[in-house]
Amino acid sequence: MNNYFLKRILYVIPITLAVSFFCFSLVHLSPGDPMDAVVSPDAPSEVVAMVQSAYGFDRPLPEQFALWVSRAVQGDLGLSAANGRAVTSEVFSALKNTLILAIAASMIGFTMGCTFGTLAGYFQGSWLDRLVTGFAVGGVSIPHYWLGMLLVIIFSVELRWIPSSGAGPGSSSDWAFEWAYLRHLILPAVTLSVIPMGVVTRTVRAMVADILAHEFVEALRAKGLAERRVFLHVVKNVAPTALAVMGLQLGYLLGGSILVETVFSWPGTGLLLNNAIFQRDLPILQGTILVLALFFVALNLIVDLAQARLDPRIQRG
Amino acid sequence: MMPIATPETLAEDEAPVAATGAESLVEVRDLKVHFRTPGRQVQAVNGVDLSLARGEVLTILGESGSGKSVTLRSLMRLLPEQRTLLSGRVRVAGEDILAMSRGELSRYRGSIASMIFQEPMLAFDPVFRIGDQIAETVRRHEGVSHAEGLARALELFELVRIPSAKRRLSNYPHELSGGMSQRAMIALALSCRPRLLLADEPTTALDATVQIQILLLLRDLQRELGMSVIFVTHDMGVANEISDRIAVMYAGRVVETGTVDAVIGRPRHPYTLGLMQSRASGELRGRRLSAIPGSPPDMASPPPGCAFAARCPRAVEACREAVPELRSPGEQHLAACFRLDNAEDR
Repeated sequence: MNNYFLKRILYVIPITLAVSFFCFSLVHLSPGDPMDAVVSPDAPSEVVAMVQSAYGFDRPLPEQFALWVSRAVQGDLGLSAANGRAVTSEVFSALKNTLILAIAASMIGFTMGCTFGTLAGYFQGSWLDRLVTGFAVGGVSIPHYWLGMLLVIIFSVELRWIPSSGAGPGSSSDWAFEWAYLRHLILPAVTLSVIPMGVVTRTVRAMVADILAHEFVEALRAKGLAERRVFLHVVKNVAPTALAVMGLQLGYLLGGSILVETVFSWPGTGLLLNNAIFQRDLPILQGTILVLALFFVALNLIVDLAQARLDPRIQRG
Repeated sequence: MMPIATPETLAEDEAPVAATGAESLVEVRDLKVHFRTPGRQVQAVNGVDLSLARGEVLTILGESGSGKSVTLRSLMRLLPEQRTLLSGRVRVAGEDILAMSRGELSRYRGSIASMIFQEPMLAFDPVFRIGDQIAETVRRHEGVSHAEGLARALELFELVRIPSAKRRLSNYPHELSGGMSQRAMIALALSCRPRLLLADEPTTALDATVQIQILLLLRDLQRELGMSVIFVTHDMGVANEISDRIAVMYAGRVVETGTVDAVIGRPRHPYTLGLMQSRASGELRGRRLSAIPGSPPDMASPPPGCAFAARCPRAVEACREAVPELRSPGEQHLAACFRLDNAEDR
């Protein structure tokens, strides 16, 4: 059993290396010259060459990669090409905001998804099931940037109840657990929660219905367990799969909130990426993608380990 | 809590319908089970009478779709409630099963009557340890601690002869072989000392050698603990091995019932006769097996007369018009056929 855990943790090393290689090369493969962001097009060629060597853009790519990785290990992701600030601090302050948003959205989405999914699975084929399934399909299908704009129009523009942009009052990037900040969180979190809600609902519904059809559920009833206790068995059987889906969804929320963060001007990694793309800010792009990808890797590790703890059959592999 | 039979229920239990002289534990009268499916109603069981004395082993013999497993599940009301219409009378240990509330039902299941299943591997929850699943049942019915439940589980594992019992308790279901998990299932079923054990084809999914071991184990345990057992199978050999009495079911009805000697030794119903003849045995080597022609009727629209008439070599016009009652062709023997007196002309 510990063997599996150790093996799974060691897997992270090659995965991380591969991930950072892809981050690095994808950005270099994309069209556009990173120098455009730093120097004006009519700058003399000596200036361009000087800046190029200052950023290390003149060295061969493998060398750039090695240098980048060795610095990244020490927590140094370089300087932003657009404003010269340290990428690490930029990325982490944005990441904190993205985390706040993702956690809020996943709390809403996962709670509703699990509740709806369980109800629909238990009452499969009933009107409740059809209602919930319709809701879930809607949640998965509606483009969330469109939903975001719709919510802004209703709640911010028409009703003027809650603000439509930013993470808090003024332009502060600090965040506190206070109403002044929370009210900024509501709209983006609700918007972002719709897809995970739909996905989790559908997964949990299918799993619950599947488990309930198993013979062991009849056997549990045959040995006289109360329905509450049978439900506990169902939950423990559904949990590994549900957990895996929720872990992946949380990962998507971290990386995939670009559109929602842009719609709501939420100062997270999505907005940072969006700006970096338009400014051709390579160091920021690389740094942000790397950090997000590593987060995804870590999340998957946690999910896998938790799954193995919950389902004894997994450790065999 | 043990149910105590009131004088009234005792009087009913002693009704003359009991097939043997002993006090009966199970009384089933005119049991009908119909399943509602969209657009049609399947009449799975159509008026079954059964009785079982304390310490007796009854086998319900029949092919798939004959209603034997449904009859067994009715004794625990395990059929899906929304889709099932149950009628008739089912009494176990003096209690009216069909009138029980949910709470009463869950107290009854596993303590007075318990069940073992065809696929032991599928009958355990895959993500809980076997020992915990047994302890859970003991806790449920006897209110003891988990540790005491586990101690009981260990005793039971030794009772059902599971080697290195202690280690096996902490195994998960997928870590046991088929035979081993059926032993564990038996241990689970016996955990609260039930008076009635319901066995739904418990050996069908097992290898032939393991089948015999499980059968012998069940027979030993039944004698040792004095339980009553209802055993459902399609295998005449198994029925012959384990039972005191046999009830042969066809298309939702009991067509022949009696002691093993009577039913297997002197079968009178044409269906039972057909089953006997379609059995493979050493003497038949090199000869073609005779099978019963045709197939069982669709239970959504059963024929008005004897359900076997269409496949019966002896059927006459009367057979297609009315359902024959059970009649007695000999001591401790009943068969539902109009042509019992013409048994010779086949």
